[in-house]
Amino acid sequence: MNGISIDRADFAAIAQWVKPDARVLDLGCGDGALFNYLGRERSISGYGVEIDDANVLACVKNGVNVVQRNLERGLSEFDDQSFDYVILSQTLQAMRNGERIIREMLRVGREGIVTFPNFGYWRNRMQVLRGRMPVSENLPYQWFNTPNIHLCTLHDFERFCSERNIRILERKVLTEGQPVNFKPNLLGALAIYHFGAG
Amino acid sequence: MDTTLTTAKASVGVVTPRRAAFSEPLPLKCGRAIANYELAYETYGTLNAQRSNAVLVCHALNASHHVAGVYADEPHNVGWWDNMIGPGKPLDTNRFFVVGVNNLGGCHGSTGPLSINPDTGKPWGASFPLVTVEDWVGAQARLADQLGIQQFAAVMGGSLGAMQCLQWAIAYPQRTRHALVIACAPNLSAQNIAFNEVARQAILTDPDFHGGDYYAEGVQPRRGLRVARMVGHITYLSDDEMASKFGRTLKHGHVNYSFDTEFEIESYLRHQADKFSGYFDANTYLRITKALDYFDPAFDHGGDLTRALAPATAGFLVVSFTTDWRFSPERSREIVHALLRNKRDVTYAEIDAPHGHDAFLLDDARYHHLVAAYFERIGAKVRV
Repeated sequence: MNGISIDRADFAAIAQWVKPDARVLDLGCGDGALFNYLGRERSISGYGVEIDDANVLACVKNGVNVVQRNLERGLSEFDDQSFDYVILSQTLQAMRNGERIIREMLRVGREGIVTFPNFGYWRNRMQVLRGRMPVSENLPYQWFNTPNIHLCTLHDFERFCSERNIRILERKVLTEGQPVNFKPNLLGALAIYHFGAG
Repeated sequence: MDTTLTTAKASVGVVTPRRAAFSEPLPLKCGRAIANYELAYETYGTLNAQRSNAVLVCHALNASHHVAGVYADEPHNVGWWDNMIGPGKPLDTNRFFVVGVNNLGGCHGSTGPLSINPDTGKPWGASFPLVTVEDWVGAQARLADQLGIQQFAAVMGGSLGAMQCLQWAIAYPQRTRHALVIACAPNLSAQNIAFNEVARQAILTDPDFHGGDYYAEGVQPRRGLRVARMVGHITYLSDDEMASKFGRTLKHGHVNYSFDTEFEIESYLRHQADKFSGYFDANTYLRITKALDYFDPAFDHGGDLTRALAPATAGFLVVSFTTDWRFSPERSREIVHALLRNKRDVTYAEIDAPHGHDAFLLDDARYHHLVAAYFERIGAKVRV
């Protein structure tokens, strides 16, 4: 890959938090693009986890060690604290049991990194105000075919963490690949959190 | 996803079985040794100058060294994994040098109970030792020595063949760059052993068994072997697959209130049993089921598979099939778990196939694409 395109801006943000040579578990790793990006940028090692047959095949083609598994069933193959980071990129909102997977991330990894589309983003709010379910770059599905069943806002996620004694270490908010510092829950499209046990 | 591989698929064509003779005694796990033995094998493709592109294919219960292609005088005798191995196939013989070998104790040309024991001038029969997966792999390693293969690019197998892959990775880590472990289990469950014991009892109690020395009597314990094969076949298929293939279909459209073949499934089992008992040796069958029962690399490590697999440094592709109840995906996940704990390179895929344990032998696009991609990865580091 040459340079960082807008949709890979979250990769760069994640890479900044990942220490070199770290052991990483990438949940919902897709075709292994993030894993390979971190491999190049931070020489990480570890595994991807993916449920989809086509993505598992793509990981094999892309040289990523992948374990086929339904994340809803937890991470029982993986031992406690066996990774430096467990990453859940653009998948939390599609999980049936989001709380369980966050707990599993902190069981298996020392720290977690999660990215999700911010439902509080003003464009989403506008569409809801107009009486429609939002469809956007980060939420590209229609209401009837979306895999995204548990959408939340930055505020929601931060309250979720504080209520469960999960410590947010760092946060980045992006819109069209650019960082958002002013009113992020309104102006930010994509949330990226780095967290650990409290 | 498309259902065919993009590259042209072809057969390796006419192949010729070979034999390798060994005169250095092979110590066996049971404590005995075999002084002289032969192994039947076949090879496809060309060993490259660096000798880095060899792939060993290990067979399961009833198969042999005839993995791919056909024989000149038997054009319909197609190798048992011909859909997987050949030019342009997932294991591409244009790139890789493939070795198939009949295991020690087999009945397809390697030294086994059918062979003449040079000490007595008679068939080994009952006196042939109970060989193990470890013994087979030891013998295969000596064949590799003879062929000038110091290290295999990959060792590949399904079911009992996959157990040999695990054993290769454990016993010869320097000689096993990759292991393709398909439809495997780290050991047999009590249920698996129970099925094997039913099969053995069928053979052992057949009046034609003669304590294993039936060759001199001019008979074969066919009835026992038939029942053994029937039991095996039931465990290779899923309930769903049997339902869709046979259901309750009646051969003659109505029941006859007799013990003749009435349901299609009965007809299928009897046909498989007749076929099998016509070419397979009962003593070999007994020994192979025992080798299955005994395989348990974790046993010497207090049941700890992670420690058992600790010496294995190979890259692993582990594949299971969702409807395989003989070696279920849970069993493959035990292997994966141990490899993960050892921080090994491992890819695990669970193929949603309806066919049960037999799926590993069938041409399923997702499965074959995956194996092809994995060999692509192996081949990228091999100059051919």
